[in-house]
Amino acid sequence: MSQKVSDSKRDVVPALNRREFARWIWRQLTSMRTALVLLLLLAVAALPGSLVPQTGVDARAVEAFKSRHPDLSPVLEVLGVFNVFGSPWFSAIYLLLMVSLIGCIVPRSMVYLRAVRARPPKAPRRFERMPASGRFETDASVEDVLAAGRRAIGRGRIDVVTEPDGQSGEVRAERGHLRELGNLVFHISVVVVLVGVAAGALLGYRGAVIVTEGDRFSNVLTQYDDFSSGASFDANDLPPFSLELDDLTAEFQLEGPQRGAPRLFEAEGTYREGLDGPEQDYAIRVNHPLSVGSTDVFLVGQGYSPVITVTDPEGNVVFDEAVPFLPSDGTYTSSGVVKIPDAPEQLGLTGFFLPTAVSPGEGQASISAFPGAANPYLAMQAFTGDLGLDDGTAQSVFVLDTSDMTQVMNDAGDPFRIELQPGQETTLPDGTVVAFSELRQFARFQVSSSPLAVLPLGGVIAGLVGISLSLFIRPRRTWVRARREDSRTVVEVAALDRVPRDELPDDLDELLERLRDALDDRQTP
Amino acid sequence: MTLADYANFSNYAVASATVVLALAFLAHVAELVFVRREAVQPVGQPVGQPVPVGAGEGSALGQDEESEPRSAVLTRIATALVVVSSLVLVAGVVTRALAAERVPWGNMYEFGVTGTAIALVVYLALAARIEVTWLGSIVTGFGLVVLGLASTTYVPAGPLVPALHSYWLVIHVAAVMIAGALFLIGTASSILYIVKERAEKRGSAGAILDRFPTIAAMDRLAYRVIAVGFVMWTFGALISGPIWAQYAWGRYWGWDPKEVWAFITWVVYAGYLHARATAGWRGRRAAIIALIGFATFLFSYYGVNIFVPGLHSYAK
Repeated sequence: MSQKVSDSKRDVVPALNRREFARWIWRQLTSMRTALVLLLLLAVAALPGSLVPQTGVDARAVEAFKSRHPDLSPVLEVLGVFNVFGSPWFSAIYLLLMVSLIGCIVPRSMVYLRAVRARPPKAPRRFERMPASGRFETDASVEDVLAAGRRAIGRGRIDVVTEPDGQSGEVRAERGHLRELGNLVFHISVVVVLVGVAAGALLGYRGAVIVTEGDRFSNVLTQYDDFSSGASFDANDLPPFSLELDDLTAEFQLEGPQRGAPRLFEAEGTYREGLDGPEQDYAIRVNHPLSVGSTDVFLVGQGYSPVITVTDPEGNVVFDEAVPFLPSDGTYTSSGVVKIPDAPEQLGLTGFFLPTAVSPGEGQASISAFPGAANPYLAMQAFTGDLGLDDGTAQSVFVLDTSDMTQVMNDAGDPFRIELQPGQETTLPDGTVVAFSELRQFARFQVSSSPLAVLPLGGVIAGLVGISLSLFIRPRRTWVRARREDSRTVVEVAALDRVPRDELPDDLDELLERLRDALDDRQTP
Repeated sequence: MTLADYANFSNYAVASATVVLALAFLAHVAELVFVRREAVQPVGQPVGQPVPVGAGEGSALGQDEESEPRSAVLTRIATALVVVSSLVLVAGVVTRALAAERVPWGNMYEFGVTGTAIALVVYLALAARIEVTWLGSIVTGFGLVVLGLASTTYVPAGPLVPALHSYWLVIHVAAVMIAGALFLIGTASSILYIVKERAEKRGSAGAILDRFPTIAAMDRLAYRVIAVGFVMWTFGALISGPIWAQYAWGRYWGWDPKEVWAFITWVVYAGYLHARATAGWRGRRAAIIALIGFATFLFSYYGVNIFVPGLHSYAK
């Protein structure tokens, strides 16, 4: 950010004309102080984004939060607290910060370009005013002293200037230009990262899909359970590919204190790039996505899909599908919904699935004790009536709207309970047979494309190099002046650090010593 | 040794290191008590000059070894105890790694223990080059608290969940721990800066504060370690983190609570670096920003892991 500290006396002069006012605003905005305040403000503005669930991160958590806080939520909604990082006030802060940043980079780059071309400055008149200085006398000539001085300083940009009479001269040296270059590179890279992230978000897409073992997924919009894309992305541009899930492996710790902790998740099968590409094998694990062209496929979750077969009282199979049940905890207690529109009267089933059911005691509901499928158990209730599928409004496959349905009861007038293990079936009071014919697993894939990711990546790496240079390079000016006095040469040395450092006096002593040694060597053959 | 032997050894080593670190902390506290006493009855060393470690060897200026002030002896004892404690703690970390057959930073317990070990090693590495033992009481005291909190999240050594099966775990977490160690030292220096600056302004700086370096030196030390820490943090949290997130979750940045806090910490420390170059913010205000930065770092470790559900919650 700009190092210029604005001249406060001039800033408050009243009655500025429009142009002066604009310049005043610009100077305020690009001042270091404003940048600092904006930075701290940005940190504060990000806070609610971690404390309140965010729509873009976890939409379900937002719904849960809203139902927990019915009074507070409408206010938060208006303030954009559920979408902090897309809210106008957050954008305002970082856009101002961007402007401030650019308003600082441009003039400083100009100054830097001039400084790079400039020669080292003249020696100050009085060396004793410099933070470190020293002097000695020698028999060597001015010319020799200056040559030795140049060698002793070594690195950096060095000019040797001798007066025409040859009786005096000076060495001017400056090093550490990389510090400011690093500083500029760092701040430019921040802009590159922000632009890259924004552009990537505009062009990218991300979708999630649940695929059960034996099923195939094609990369078209209708197949996704969840899909979001940037404003500049056209869903017709989804690159064509398809994949089939043959086998999902989920391994869990079997014993010890970490019993039930996940150990390995792997999805295996075949995929096809393009519409008629060759069939290839894949194995996707966590941290090891599959790359198809510009798209990556990640394994982000898994669970169980009981295969449910429903036969109507006439003996017609009206439903035979694997239905994914979504896990809600570490032991994979899962819930799901089955919608059977083809039954004589529309039928809906809702309930839960336990991979390893154990009964905590007589008369108590079973719970899941382990995420692996050691004792699979499916418990559901049945509803008949209108599923609400026919009016054309979109609805979630994981929610059963029972407002136009009536619950199926048993003879005692209690809700009819379907309790099944794989291979078992049960008959509803009207004669419909519900069977749990097989247990399969599903994989939840995330399909995403992060175009231009190389821009922010390159940006942060350049930024890291830049900030390292700007923090650890030490700019220093050094002068050696030699003057003939009587038959001796007076040598004076001084140094100035642009960023004060402790070791300057030591370094200067060392330089003096090197210089003396070099001149002594010359005199004693 | 079997895996179980390694795990047992690690537990004993961590417990022993905690005890030794507690003794080091007590030695540092006692040192300050003696400084105050010596100020009333001056012995040997002139009051008001920092006493470097090992000052007894050459600087006794012709006086007997016995006349070395107690406080200086205690400083050396405390530093020796920190050396012992960190050696034992490093042994505990290494055996933990052997017991779990992986890097020893896969959960909160291990992060606390390994983080403390790294902080102590960084502190000692600095102490070998420059005079930083005046920070000893804060560094050892903080180390004790972290080890104590780590023991409450103890889990037996074991394999990792699939999400952590990545070599980015090694890079990402190691960089973050080193950054944390440097931030801790910068924070300790900033705390003492604020205390001493305030006392000097009121003219109430006593013997203890006189013993510390000048506030300018404190500010400089804080700046240097935080600058290095900032670079490590940039690499650990904002470069290796997003790269790993791209492999694990399919997006490099998604405003997960941990990411939000990593970002906040980065922004606050960036603010600190700018504050030191801004008129009106240098000195005390910059030091306060440094403290806020460390508080956000601590929250992103403890607060986010414990209170805020998110993708990083396996770190519990």
